Amino acid sequence: MKRPPTSQPTTSSGATAREDGVFNRRHFLVGTATSAVLPLSFGTTGVREAVTDAALPTQVPSSSVALLVNGRTHRLILDNRTTLLDALREHLALTGTKKGCDHGQCGACTVHLDGEPILSCLTLVASVEGRAVTTIEGLAQADGALHPVQQAFIDHDAFQCGYCTPGQIMSAVACVEGDRAGSDAEIREYMSGNLCRCAAYPNIVAAIRAAKTEVRS
Amino acid sequence: MNLHSAATAEPTTIRGGVHNTLAHDSAAKHATGAAIYVDDIPEPAGTLHAAPGLSARARARIKNIDLSNVRAAPGVVLVLTAADIPGTNDVSPIGAGDDPLFATEEVEFHGQVLFAVIAESHEAARRATRLAKIEYEELPALLTVDDALRTQSFVLPEHVMKRGDPVSAITHAPHRMKGQFRLGGQEHFYLEGQASLAVPMEDGDVLVHCSTQHPSEVQHNVAHVLGRPNNAVTVECRRMGGGFGGKETQGSQWAAIAALAAVKLKRPVKCRLDRDDDMIATGKRHDFRIDYEVGYDDQGRILGISFDHAARCGYSADLSGAIADRAMFHADNGYFFEAVQIRSRRCKTNTVSNTAFRGFGGPQGMLGIEEVMDAIARERGLDPLDVRRINLYGDAPRNVTPYHMQVEDNILPELITQIEESSAYRRRRQEITQWNRQNAYLKKGIALTPVKFGISFTTTHLNQAGALVHVYTDGSVHLNHGGTEMGQGLFIKVAQVVAEEFQIDLDQVKITPTNTGKVPNTSATAASSGSDMNGMAAQAAARKIKQRLTEFAAEKYKVTAEDIAFLPNRVRIGNQEVPFRDLVKQAYMGRVSLSATGYYRTPKIHYDRETASGRPFLYFAYGAAVSEVMIDTLTGEHTLLRVDILHDAGKSLNPAIDLGQVEGGFIQGMGWLTSEELWFDEQGRLRTHAPSTYKIPTCSDRPADFRMQLLENNPNREETIHRSKAVGEPPLMLAISAFRAISDAIASIANYRILPRLDAPATPERVLFAIEELQARMEAAE
Repeated sequence: MKRPPTSQPTTSSGATAREDGVFNRRHFLVGTATSAVLPLSFGTTGVREAVTDAALPTQVPSSSVALLVNGRTHRLILDNRTTLLDALREHLALTGTKKGCDHGQCGACTVHLDGEPILSCLTLVASVEGRAVTTIEGLAQADGALHPVQQAFIDHDAFQCGYCTPGQIMSAVACVEGDRAGSDAEIREYMSGNLCRCAAYPNIVAAIRAAKTEVRS
Repeated sequence: MNLHSAATAEPTTIRGGVHNTLAHDSAAKHATGAAIYVDDIPEPAGTLHAAPGLSARARARIKNIDLSNVRAAPGVVLVLTAADIPGTNDVSPIGAGDDPLFATEEVEFHGQVLFAVIAESHEAARRATRLAKIEYEELPALLTVDDALRTQSFVLPEHVMKRGDPVSAITHAPHRMKGQFRLGGQEHFYLEGQASLAVPMEDGDVLVHCSTQHPSEVQHNVAHVLGRPNNAVTVECRRMGGGFGGKETQGSQWAAIAALAAVKLKRPVKCRLDRDDDMIATGKRHDFRIDYEVGYDDQGRILGISFDHAARCGYSADLSGAIADRAMFHADNGYFFEAVQIRSRRCKTNTVSNTAFRGFGGPQGMLGIEEVMDAIARERGLDPLDVRRINLYGDAPRNVTPYHMQVEDNILPELITQIEESSAYRRRRQEITQWNRQNAYLKKGIALTPVKFGISFTTTHLNQAGALVHVYTDGSVHLNHGGTEMGQGLFIKVAQVVAEEFQIDLDQVKITPTNTGKVPNTSATAASSGSDMNGMAAQAAARKIKQRLTEFAAEKYKVTAEDIAFLPNRVRIGNQEVPFRDLVKQAYMGRVSLSATGYYRTPKIHYDRETASGRPFLYFAYGAAVSEVMIDTLTGEHTLLRVDILHDAGKSLNPAIDLGQVEGGFIQGMGWLTSEELWFDEQGRLRTHAPSTYKIPTCSDRPADFRMQLLENNPNREETIHRSKAVGEPPLMLAISAFRAISDAIASIANYRILPRLDAPATPERVLFAIEELQARMEAAE
């Protein structure tokens, strides 16, 4: 499992950051995005810090969230400030979605919410309750058949290091399915929120162009 | 259309040998999110998280540091400072002792690590770092190359390369000029930031999963910090989410923090840097100031030239010596100088310690001479391409570099002719000149620039590599070598070599993570040398096993070795054929070792740094690009209209992979030279520390018309692995054509007779300044 359910980091974090003069939007949005655990599994590792355990219930505003990911509902108790990205990676072990900048600037964390691409690092998990989240792990069919966009990325070498690829593919699927792949220029514009530092852009555009034909047929 | 070679079931070929166009080995994993990077490894129970506490001053004495609030913060388990280091407080890649893991009495740049917090979560660790109370006594900080030159502040002694008598040659030349050019640094922005996961083992040993181009160096540095022998530390890396040089030395600090905490607490510790911290606290490409003086004839032929390089190295040496050296090695690019001197100074500044970045100084050196080419062309009223052509290396005696190496494999004249024709450079040059006369505010520019890049580590002893190959009794193969995978396709290329050697299908070869326990004492995956060296080492290992199988078969089947041939997935022994796996099984039963190490050291190379002469490179990789741009003279913005590239990858091991390197390298170079700007304020704080302010090329920035080709029928003249050539770095420098095209567009304003004063990167702001400065000079001349 990802992050073991041990003790809880607790802090009046927003206040701390403000006092220190480094308060910014990111602290406000992200908060201590770590503390989520199901009470049932609490303490299973036997490693805990008395101080933080004791502090947990009163200081961390938590909520029970029903998260619908890739067609499956997960019930989690999470710090209200947990981002969707951290919930996916650290609590559901869905590590296909990547943390690139954690600022909403690189696109590596792109997932779908009710079919629309969103940046999971800027989305609070509490705000997506009851809505359908699709990650890169949920694109292929149950029998393992890849989505045409996934196959096109493979066929066209539309990646090098691969780290941005899940985010690229989620944006590309939205581009193709949302009928936004009318021309190379339109594809490039649509995809410009997803950085690829290896700059596999020519092949990404080629893959999307090919996938568009595939999806239509 | 699938671009990869069709799978053939014919017994005449294996699936996935060398020279095939094949997808990256992790392609399916990348497309499904199944590829595991360090931060994706399932965390062992009890994993803790580290975050560094960074200096808020560029240079200061630490009067007092109070970490009591940090220690008391929720979730904090341990706070590490220099006092906790049992070994050496240094993570310098060259053992220079100037890269402390934790700064102690003095901080030397804004963002230097003072302490590290180990907490129950990443977020808790980061929050706690903000609670430190640090009293600084500020000291005067040197931030720029000019500051350092003025105060004679250097991380290493200056170095000079010289051939002939350039002072006399310049003095007696029909024409001469002086100039100065500045070029900026570059942030790697590997999409996967620095990350290490340290797992404590018994006896105080530690296993570190690290995103690094240099597992051996991380191993050594962690061992030094822990005060343990190297054999107490194992470093493993399956893949990186991008490296670009930024993980050649920069991973050690975070690995050492994680390892130190893991050993101390006997719990796994992960240190994954937040993006801001990563951009602030890790080194970048060196920015340079280049001063030149050149003497030349009427046709623009250089008779004597002198370069003065000043590199901003930051606060410590890191790899700056070798990087500044490589800038000198490429101050000639593809041009012959009859008399030359290159002086290089390595400036110490109170900024982050600059480090390797794709090209490793080479791009900086090349930019200098390409500026000179344009300067001469403008002054003489010639097409810059003609000035470039007349200065190209040729036959003896015009084939000797400033470091006294003979260029034996020069293909630039033919290569340039080919791309000059295929890109219709001459016709387009005319059309553009005409177009510029008719358009007052939009101006077009075009430039053809070559690349000649030396292949080998210039530090000769680094040119060695090792591999480990096992054949299991079912005929499947386990492949390991010292190279690391960062997306460049090294792993599939080396696997292709091994498949080719055994004549087995590629899917029979298992690619495994780089691990210091399997192949020791490796060099960094750097200098574009990964496939050249690890491919050869893996081939050597496979050949040992093949040799044993051959000897075994000869004895068992009572034939001679000449009667044995490895055919696709089978072995012909005399007049019968045996499946590869059956022969392997028989050899095992016959007690034959089916595991071997392979080793390679690059031949022919030698270099004497004292006299700055020798043969530091086994060969050169070549290429050329033609870029056409349009600028808006009212805003300074530019658009890259068309790019043609012809690149030399020798006899490519995998054209799909190599084309990816070429296009990616070009675009990354284009970003460096046009949009990516590292901006430090007067307090030495990097203010462009996120992609919001640091402009990395996106999908919409790639040239609309992008025509790329690998040079065909062009095997490496040296005996490299299947006659291929290194391809990781050289294409980055093709982007110099885009920068020179922008300069060309600006120069059109002055009828191509004045060189614009345009430093890199050519941001809209700089382009606008260059236009205004050029217009002012024209007015002054009237």
